[in-house]
Amino acid sequence: MKQLVSRLKGRSELGLAALLGAFGVIVILDALSLNVPYSQADPVGPKTLPYIVGALLLVCAVLLAINVLRGGHGEAEGGEDVDLTHPTDWRTVVPLLGAFVLNIALIDTVGWVISGTLLFWGSVWALGSRRYIRDGIISVVMALGTFYGFYLGLGIKLPAGLLEGVL
Amino acid sequence: METFDLLMQGFSTAATPINLLYAFIGVLLGTAVGVLPGIGPAMAVALLLPVTYSLEPTSAFIMFAGIYYGGMYGGSTTSILLNTPGESSTVITAIEGHKMAKSGRAAQALATAAIGSFVAGTIGTALLVAFAPVVVDFAVSLGDPSYLAIIVLALIAVTAVLGGSKLRGFSALGIGLAIGLVGADPVTGQQRLIFGQPLLVDGLDIVVVAVAIFAVGEALWIAAHLRRKPMQTIPVGRPWMGKQDWKRSWKPWLRGTAYGFPFGALPAGGAEIPTFLSYVTEKKLSKHPEEFGHGAIEGVAGPEAANNASAAGTLTPMLALGLPTNATAAVMLAAFIQFGIQPGPLLFDSEPQLVWALIASLFIGNTLLLLINLPLAPVWAKLLQLPRPYLYAGILFFATLGAYAVNLQTFDLVILLLLGLLGFAMRRYGLPVLPLVIGLILGPRAEESLRTSLQLSAGNISGLWSEPVAVVVYIIVALVLLAPLALKVIHRRRPESVLLGNIPQAPGETAATDDDGSVANGDANGDNDSDNDNDKDHDKDTGSVLPEHAGSSGGGPAEPAGRHRSDEIQNERERS
Repeated sequence: MKQLVSRLKGRSELGLAALLGAFGVIVILDALSLNVPYSQADPVGPKTLPYIVGALLLVCAVLLAINVLRGGHGEAEGGEDVDLTHPTDWRTVVPLLGAFVLNIALIDTVGWVISGTLLFWGSVWALGSRRYIRDGIISVVMALGTFYGFYLGLGIKLPAGLLEGVL
Repeated sequence: METFDLLMQGFSTAATPINLLYAFIGVLLGTAVGVLPGIGPAMAVALLLPVTYSLEPTSAFIMFAGIYYGGMYGGSTTSILLNTPGESSTVITAIEGHKMAKSGRAAQALATAAIGSFVAGTIGTALLVAFAPVVVDFAVSLGDPSYLAIIVLALIAVTAVLGGSKLRGFSALGIGLAIGLVGADPVTGQQRLIFGQPLLVDGLDIVVVAVAIFAVGEALWIAAHLRRKPMQTIPVGRPWMGKQDWKRSWKPWLRGTAYGFPFGALPAGGAEIPTFLSYVTEKKLSKHPEEFGHGAIEGVAGPEAANNASAAGTLTPMLALGLPTNATAAVMLAAFIQFGIQPGPLLFDSEPQLVWALIASLFIGNTLLLLINLPLAPVWAKLLQLPRPYLYAGILFFATLGAYAVNLQTFDLVILLLLGLLGFAMRRYGLPVLPLVIGLILGPRAEESLRTSLQLSAGNISGLWSEPVAVVVYIIVALVLLAPLALKVIHRRRPESVLLGNIPQAPGETAATDDDGSVANGDANGDNDSDNDNDKDHDKDTGSVLPEHAGSSGGGPAEPAGRHRSDEIQNERERS
């Protein structure tokens, strides 16, 4: 067991291989569940491509797992603002995801202006800005601006929610 | 002559005040996203897709074209002033450009980049005008089997040639193809991969997928590794060039253009290889080789021109065949699909007004870009001081807004989040994004061609290679896949010569193309060495998929592809 743990350490990429494998299995199982009579007009049918794609995913999953166990690893993507010398900063990512999920939960009930404000304000906070007042004002302006911009400019009516009648 | 008339009509469409306005907005946005870190033209177009629904498609595409070209200009500004190229295509520019900036010649570096981009963009667009109709004439004569073969070539080439690890490229391709399967099958109406969700029957909205992968995934990834200390920007005045700079720049511009256009037009060409080739060529031809590495203006002029010419080249297969060869072209194709316009060889016939207005707007946009970039470079450089929390929160904000506005469904936001996390994981583990997006867009079209082909042959599998073009293309596919294997065999047999980059030239190689050939091969070897494990795995894979072509792998298959490219380059040279 201990040996297994030490071998798996730092190999989180195996999770990616597992994910690929899961995708492959799902695609193939889904194709198997399709029930199509053979048709002269469509000899290929809707199952062929899923089988090919599923097989591709499974092969990639296996090869990736082998590659990772042999010490291979994918190269993380760089960028202008990306500093790969420090590990993934979950204290930024998790609050960011929180703001995102909060918006999904709230947008239909409280409306875009409020949920959008929270989304922007929460994201800015998660990313490290601590000027609460200025951030708050910018958030409200962004949410209100896009609400009216979409309504007047594009004819898309974003949900007003709680502020229905006010806006 | 007919082409010229059509182009003039295009100009009359593109030059209406409203379309000029969109071209102007496009180049402004494009330059801005090019300058801003963390956001590129592909993401910008994806974010704008939902907003452009209510626009005339022509206006929308004029704006997208402006963003595409503008991103190139803006990108060079960052790489010269910051030495942190945002896109792989400007890596080479940064080498000499940043050195020039450090030694007080930022103004000249920016000027040669901007003017070179203008020259290359204009020549490249003219070449697009000349070639696209020819390609279309050829393509409309092709049947479904050939078309399928070309799509397969595009998928394989993008996956196997670009990027570091082929295995990871194919993994990304598989995910993209799987996402493309979701929804009702267009022929039988069978529902695939919908997991009982009625909202999935129409498939995943391509806008939502593009926004998730390009914007949400990228923003989350950068947030996880945000550089906390501010970067040093070199202050810059107004770009200008002296007489000597002009003299040293104009030839590199033209040579860079000759490299860039054909590579951009190839399925896996991209901008990296031509910018690199241009750099090496200029270094070799320069009268001041000692300046290279310390800020030689030729090393900025050539690669920048190659970069922009390749952008024009990319538009040739995109408009003429419906094949995307880079991320921005892929998103623009997604936009065609969103507008209900069928991309492909018939586009020039079905939407002549749109296509020619788009092409004309490239000329206009390019001129606008020169005008706003030369005097305003210091202003653009100020954009770099935008506080990062606002930038990345803004990306997430607009991504959410755009994805929601498509159908006003919370469900789309859930998809956006899940695929955004997928995009995050892909960046973390080095899965390239491009094969996913290309697989997503081309997968359904490949399936359609496959089914039509076999329908015509009444289910006989030989219907797939019933056309000569299809056979030729499949042979090229086999060569693309087997080239690494063959190189490795050569490598094993003659390690010392390969290490020096002296791949034996195939008979018939002319002296003039020698340079290009050996440079390209040397580059390919470099990739190969660092990637041996993956190649091995991948070769096993392809061996089983394409056994019928195994015999053709005999004599140095890398050379034909390389030679093909060199020939094209040479043709371009003669023309210009």
